[in-house]
Amino acid sequence: MSVHNTTLNRITSWLLVGEWRAHPVRALIALIAIMLGVALGFGIHLVNEAAFSEFSAATRSLSGSADLQVRGRNPQFDETVYEQLAALPEIDVAAPTLELDLSVPGQRSPLKLIGIDGFQSAAISPDLLGVAEDGKPFDTLMADTVFLSPAAMQWLKLKSGDQLTLISGTRLVSLRVAGSLLRARAGQRLAVMDIASAQWQFGRLGQLSRIDLKLIAGANRVNFRQQLESRYPSLSFTESDDQDKRTATMSRAYRVNLNVLALVALFTGAFLVFSTQALSVLRRRPQFALLRTLGMTRAQLIVQVMIEGGLLGVTGAVLGIAGGYALAAAALSLFGGDLGGGYFPGVRPVLIFDPIAAAIFFIAGSGVALLGSLSPALEAARARPAAALKAGSEDVALAPLALPWPGLVAIISGAAFTQLPPVQGLPIFGYLAIALLLIGSIALMPRAAALLFTVLAKRWHGLTGSLSLARLANAPNQAAIALGGVLASFSLMVAMAIMVSSFRNSVDDWLQHLLSADMYVRVQNGGDHARFGTIEQQQITQLPAVAKIEVTRHQLITLAPARPAVALIARSIDVNAPDRSLTMVGDPIKELQRPVWGSEAMVDLYGWTTGQRVQLPIAGRMQSFTVAGIWRDYARQSGAIMMRIEDYRQLSGDMNVNDLALWVKRDSSLPSLRQQLDALPFAATLEYAEPGEIRSVSLKIFDRSFAVTYVLEGVAIVIGLFGVAATFSAQTLSRAKEFGMLRHIGITRRQILTLLASEGSLLASLAIIVGFVLGWCISLILVFIVNPQSFHWTMELHIPSTLLVSVAALLLFSAAVTALISGRLAVSGSAVRAVREDW
Amino acid sequence: MLPISDSPLALACHQLTKSYGERAVLSNVELSLKPGEYVAIMGESGVGKSTLLNVIAGLDSFDSGSLLIDGIALNSLDDEQSTLLRRQKLGFIFQAFHLLPHLTLVQNVALPLVLNKLPLDRANHMLECVGLATRVNDFPRQLSGGEMQRVAIARALVHQPRLLLADEPTGNLDPETAAEILSLLKNEIRASGASAIIVTHSPAAAASADRVLQLTRNGLTEIRINPASIS
Repeated sequence: MSVHNTTLNRITSWLLVGEWRAHPVRALIALIAIMLGVALGFGIHLVNEAAFSEFSAATRSLSGSADLQVRGRNPQFDETVYEQLAALPEIDVAAPTLELDLSVPGQRSPLKLIGIDGFQSAAISPDLLGVAEDGKPFDTLMADTVFLSPAAMQWLKLKSGDQLTLISGTRLVSLRVAGSLLRARAGQRLAVMDIASAQWQFGRLGQLSRIDLKLIAGANRVNFRQQLESRYPSLSFTESDDQDKRTATMSRAYRVNLNVLALVALFTGAFLVFSTQALSVLRRRPQFALLRTLGMTRAQLIVQVMIEGGLLGVTGAVLGIAGGYALAAAALSLFGGDLGGGYFPGVRPVLIFDPIAAAIFFIAGSGVALLGSLSPALEAARARPAAALKAGSEDVALAPLALPWPGLVAIISGAAFTQLPPVQGLPIFGYLAIALLLIGSIALMPRAAALLFTVLAKRWHGLTGSLSLARLANAPNQAAIALGGVLASFSLMVAMAIMVSSFRNSVDDWLQHLLSADMYVRVQNGGDHARFGTIEQQQITQLPAVAKIEVTRHQLITLAPARPAVALIARSIDVNAPDRSLTMVGDPIKELQRPVWGSEAMVDLYGWTTGQRVQLPIAGRMQSFTVAGIWRDYARQSGAIMMRIEDYRQLSGDMNVNDLALWVKRDSSLPSLRQQLDALPFAATLEYAEPGEIRSVSLKIFDRSFAVTYVLEGVAIVIGLFGVAATFSAQTLSRAKEFGMLRHIGITRRQILTLLASEGSLLASLAIIVGFVLGWCISLILVFIVNPQSFHWTMELHIPSTLLVSVAALLLFSAAVTALISGRLAVSGSAVRAVREDW
Repeated sequence: MLPISDSPLALACHQLTKSYGERAVLSNVELSLKPGEYVAIMGESGVGKSTLLNVIAGLDSFDSGSLLIDGIALNSLDDEQSTLLRRQKLGFIFQAFHLLPHLTLVQNVALPLVLNKLPLDRANHMLECVGLATRVNDFPRQLSGGEMQRVAIARALVHQPRLLLADEPTGNLDPETAAEILSLLKNEIRASGASAIIVTHSPAAAASADRVLQLTRNGLTEIRINPASIS
């Protein structure tokens, strides 16, 4: 031993090493809990950020360095406006663009094709310029050539000189691949061709999707934008910031929800650190009292306990940051940037270590561990050494836990928070309400445990049962610490299970309501540009097996430049009974002249109410409608508007449709209908499905989108069960002396084990009962507040009883077994030695 | 920092009283200890012997009177200062040994040295003095009761305190081991020059002291010990 090394660090390290050497598993469990929480949170953040950044960068690369972007409120607008704008003196360059999502035969997702004017776009979006092969410089202007990004070439297995086939309506268009888009971003699937050729090849003569404007040096962008907006009310003028906002708005709620869910694991981990530290401090109360007697100050003792928790937190957080990075790298290489929400299709994000986020998650991980240690540290320092040196004062030490008012305040505040509106489209108060309910309920557990077990103790007469109940009733604070971990994880599991089940059932009901026909037909991959003309519609209507046909026309319209586009859907709807084809929310108004029905998102995002007059852009002109009702839509969280196909056709003159719903004649069959569809001249461009297939695929997509949720939920439960094991084993081992005494007075090992198993089961039963009630309350917040505020849709409550009862039974079994295993360890030593033990 | 003192007394209690609510535990306790003096305090259970030790150690407060340790008035110190006083000037021995189970013997003994920032090699020396030189790296669970109390004695004296407080140090030991421990304790106290108060029920333990005092509801009185009663 060094003679001069006399700092307090030495005692700290001795005590730390001693404690961790004596109880390595307990310290390891707390460390793993923090590590998992941080890793999940940081990993999910990195994946979402990488995907979001890449998606934004890809979107920006399409618009290049434009000062302003001009769009119609409908997907396309008349190109005459281009000539007018290009002539304005404030404009240096105006680049017209036609953007189409086109189906590729045999592929599941569409290919984005951009028609550009190479001379104009060179100044604004140089990334979109194709590189023609040597000796063929005019390929960029040819009518039948297209340039593909490397990712598109790889996806479609094409190279320069090959033919690319695309579907335009129900027609196949063949183009020669003339070269590559070398500056396209990794993973960006893109095709570029001359704009005039694209308009001609895909039947969009005289139409544009967008005009990118570069203003002359010194032009006042804000003033000029205002002038343009007043001059062209049917067009929208946006800056690149607006574009970023739209992308961010679209996915923000999903990203935040996923992050919050990841933080649940961290919260459970924090509770585990608290229970580990609290029980460890409790067990070592006389040891700390001795240190105080020998001259350790209160502050030094607080620092000692905080260092213990802090070291677990710091180590867990550092490992968690590294683990999160590895997790993100694995997730990106396995699933790309889409964690199931479908917000970032087709991007290949590059993982970048985000030091600020790493610091935040590191602070969160270490912080929760320190916070979990604070209360035990304060208790250790507050304890009077003379009293604490004597055994039996443990439950007195936890007396502050039994105060009811902090729990009641938390629950009442949580209930009040449920009444508050979202903050910037996020259910911040909803999340806070859940956290407060959880904390409040856990805080009230000592009271609940004391009440229930005291009542039971009076009615119970068996030996082991009486001993178990007497212990639980008279040391309710220690019981509550064990209970808290189980309660937190089980109630959150119940809440998530009810929410997911409610959502899944509601989606299933909605699909069944929506899919009333025998067969659905569309051009491959659907999309705005995949459509049937009148001839094709007629050919399908006249098929011998078809009894009835209903058509749907849908397109995206822009109602607010800073918000994502809204889906406008025109289909056959009975004005007097819209609930036959839509899942209505509230009572609709019937017999209106020109009705539209808005999805729930229209109420939240645009303030729509039933009976309100609204203006919608139809074929480039604003038209008046009355909101006849609100319907439930689980497909589009940015909003959807349903209108009658007759009204749409009358106002737009557009007779094209995107989807067809077919009913089979009674004397025919679905196989015959399939045969007849296969015999159509444009059969190669079609895809069709029966309602059962669509429903099954949709529910598969639903389950996939919740896969990450299930994983996060599973991790929280595993951490919760770790907590059960850690708290039960800590308590049981600290009672070795009590068990030794019981064996001295003639109680058998088997009876002690029965006593422990019954204590474990009783505690777990209480946690399960309270967890059910608390979980149900939290699920109400998730179903009726968090979901509507995040995604703008409501759902019917559904309780998955079988699943919940199974998990409860599993939890009860795990708790009893954990208590038994811990008990076996505790009673395995000599009874004589156990009684003689100092601590 | 503690106040500096050149008091000739290691301990001076004057008219010391202490009550728990209505119940008076200590009344008008008068006690003075010269440096190196070894005093035993006897008394019935519940009369306040342990409370007196706790009050002297600054672990419990007193209601009135005065209490000076090495000339420093205890009631003039805040919690931090009384902790420092305890750390530097007092040593403790308990009936239940109170060794930290996850520290080795030498680490247990070295705790006061680390707290006082003193050279740690005295811990080995003290273990040698109490006959445990070969077991410095053992853990308390590997020891017998007598051996554990030897370690506790080593720990109590390792930092050369002015005053040693021992609460029933032989209460958990058989008579033979108790006698051995008392002899060791007395020798070590003499060697260190510390004053000591030993609270005990045992006449044999009390007999090893320079003076024997009886604590009653009315205070402390000096008594004689009949050597014949010592077994």
